[in-house]
Amino acid sequence: MFGPEQGHFALALACVLALVQFAVPLWGASRRDARLVGLAPYLAVSQLIALGYSFLCLVMCAVSDDFSVQNVAANSAVSKPLLYKITGVWGNHEGSVLLWTLILAACGGAVSLFGRNLPDILRGRVLAILGGVSAGFQMFCLLTSDPFERVFPAPMDGQGMNPLLQDPGLAFHPPILYTGYVGFAVPFAFAVAALIEGRVDAAWGRWVRPWAVAAWCFLTCGIALGSWWSYYVLGWGGYWFWDPVENASLIPWLTGTALVHSAIVVEKREGLKIWTVLLAIATFSFSLSGTFLVRSGILNSVHAFANDPARGVFILALLAIVIGGSLALFAWRAPSLTSTGLFSPISREGSLVLNNILLCSICAVVVTGTMYPPFMQLLAGRTISVGKPFFDAATIPLTLPLLLAMGVGTALPWKRAQLARTFSHLYAAAGIAAIGVVLCFWRLSGIMPIACGALAIWVIAASASDVLRRIGIGHTSPRGVWERMKNLPRSSWGAALAHIGAGITVLGLCGMSQAQHAIVEIHIGETRSLGGDDWTLLDVHDYIGPNYKAMQADLAIRHNGKLVTILHPEKRDFTTQSQTTTEVAIHTNFITDLYGVIGDRHGTGKDTTYVLRLHRNPLAPWMWLGGLVMAIGGAFSLSDRRMRIGAPKRAAARNMARA
Amino acid sequence: MNATRRGILTAVPIIGAGVLGVGFWRMLSDMRSGAFDPRAIKNPNVGKPIPSFAMPGLPGLGDGFTDAELKAQHRPVLINFFASWCIPCVAEMPGLRAISRNMPIWGIAYEDKPENAAGFVQRDGSPYARVASDRHGRVAIDWGVTGVPESFLVAPGGRIIWHGSAALDPQIYEAEIRPRLAGL
Repeated sequence: MFGPEQGHFALALACVLALVQFAVPLWGASRRDARLVGLAPYLAVSQLIALGYSFLCLVMCAVSDDFSVQNVAANSAVSKPLLYKITGVWGNHEGSVLLWTLILAACGGAVSLFGRNLPDILRGRVLAILGGVSAGFQMFCLLTSDPFERVFPAPMDGQGMNPLLQDPGLAFHPPILYTGYVGFAVPFAFAVAALIEGRVDAAWGRWVRPWAVAAWCFLTCGIALGSWWSYYVLGWGGYWFWDPVENASLIPWLTGTALVHSAIVVEKREGLKIWTVLLAIATFSFSLSGTFLVRSGILNSVHAFANDPARGVFILALLAIVIGGSLALFAWRAPSLTSTGLFSPISREGSLVLNNILLCSICAVVVTGTMYPPFMQLLAGRTISVGKPFFDAATIPLTLPLLLAMGVGTALPWKRAQLARTFSHLYAAAGIAAIGVVLCFWRLSGIMPIACGALAIWVIAASASDVLRRIGIGHTSPRGVWERMKNLPRSSWGAALAHIGAGITVLGLCGMSQAQHAIVEIHIGETRSLGGDDWTLLDVHDYIGPNYKAMQADLAIRHNGKLVTILHPEKRDFTTQSQTTTEVAIHTNFITDLYGVIGDRHGTGKDTTYVLRLHRNPLAPWMWLGGLVMAIGGAFSLSDRRMRIGAPKRAAARNMARA
Repeated sequence: MNATRRGILTAVPIIGAGVLGVGFWRMLSDMRSGAFDPRAIKNPNVGKPIPSFAMPGLPGLGDGFTDAELKAQHRPVLINFFASWCIPCVAEMPGLRAISRNMPIWGIAYEDKPENAAGFVQRDGSPYARVASDRHGRVAIDWGVTGVPESFLVAPGGRIIWHGSAALDPQIYEAEIRPRLAGL
């Protein structure tokens, strides 16, 4: 019922359905044949069902330990816990491509189900584009990375999974991140459909925005989760390494953030149309290219996938069709999209343009830094590496004006603003920011951390004061405040939350720039001090886990003689994979993380010493907390949009009933 | 928006994507032919004189050697960093024995107990003309070794002219080392 052959067949069926989903609605739309266009949602849903069945088959193969399937034999083992048998399905190349296409099909299903209020032709075209991309990736899956391939003879047991991946955080990281990446396929499809139609208007902006915001929320969560994982699993004490794989997720996030903002201008002012269409194409193109770069092995990264140039060629061809095709269409049709009105630089839309310019500049810096090493090697034959110094030096100066503008932007009205009036709303926030400057000078060292920290406080204060002003705190009765709170659009709450989240993340980054660490080699019973705390190695003992041997330390931390916590960092030896992992021990009070890692044991008997790495990371949890707040903000504004999109239909229904 | 700005807005993405695409395609085809390896490690010491060192030998395998002795050679020498705990080094041994018929190989045991290293070298016949022990890996740091096995081709007079960060075999010898010997 759920064997690998059924799964393979369902995948092929989904691919055929996707091809039909691509061709029929486009053909129907050009002939203005409503019946053909109307097939699109049914095709999208059937493709989703077929693909879901196929994915379920792969999960069943993994759960039932069917080692005759190559993919299961290579990545699973009988002794693996059930949770990791399931999540391990997408922990390898073949399974993750299948998950990728499944999420893409789910996006098509979501457009079919939630997009009932869209014009039929537009919805048909959007689904057709999604179907085309889907078909390409399903062909990639079928032709170069078949997850259902059998091996003969079947091994008795599988080779097991990389123990580093046996972690609940990482198990759910790929689905969230992929949903972010793939979710931008929907704005992309809307952009291409609009180019085919030759029309972009306020309604288009209103339709495309919720999809962009949803994808953006997932991508934000995915990046935050990935960064958190590398913080507590890799055990290097770092959280972001400007690694190509990390940059591959940051680049679409930057253009996606720009898209979420520029779509507002399309919706409210019918401006920035061409630019928004380009951003929608660019964001999905960067998502696709990121996937390609990681899978082909062109970029040298710590997150290694088994790379295979043959797969790289296939994805590159796919990219050429999708990206090249959409950009060619853009070049051909964009000039026909007319823009209305000029912007005053001091206005809400002016500040959104500034936001876009700055975000895209940061994006250009990250793209340059990521692509420079491989291109340098290609052109000049020299190996160079571009690292943290470049990215820090180039991105932070661009982030400062972005933070400054974030505080002002939401306080500006549309069309034309009066500076004096706007600033009168911001006095309180500026006052808080001034206190923030003093606070930063006291706690932080270095000009960039101080500037960023003060501006982050400014963003938080300005966003909060903007909401407080709108709900009338201070000049309306409590009852009036409650009424205004209920009436304030959810998107305003969402925007304020997201901006506050960004401020929290930046504060976390500033705190982390002051992190202290020490590598010590000490005997049992010895004490070292770091950042005002005394770290004492109480004991080290060995124990045997389910599929590993471990060495665990008891590390007491005292502050002014008072016991703060006892950390238990571990070092595990996985015998079957002959791999060692470190289990970091972290104690957090949400202000400071105390982070301990145990390394090697040296010597014997009384001379035994242990290498320990001790970190004191101020405000570390804020980085991810801020990401979560940003995503919640996005979800908040999403709940608003959906209601408003439904409104015209409900109003129409009401009018009909009245008549 | 005027026509020029619109032209730029449409042309730049296409040209950018095109350049990236062509570049990626070149990289992929070079990866297939082996001309481009993103994971290759370029050693900064290539083209420079060898660092100075003095190392003891392994038990039963004669004395170690120093940089002066290496510089005094009249023939090119292949320096090979190895360890008994390194599985690729075990796999590399038959290839090294084949290469040692053509040119001298001097081995350096990296972070290895001398008795283990000596046993490892002697197990199936040593490919090394001379062996020294870098017990704590200090010499390897000066050479810029990132892992074992790694090999360096040292010209007479003590200049490093080639570096390889993979297990050696006769194919690599024919493709990479022999052409460089001819130029000396």
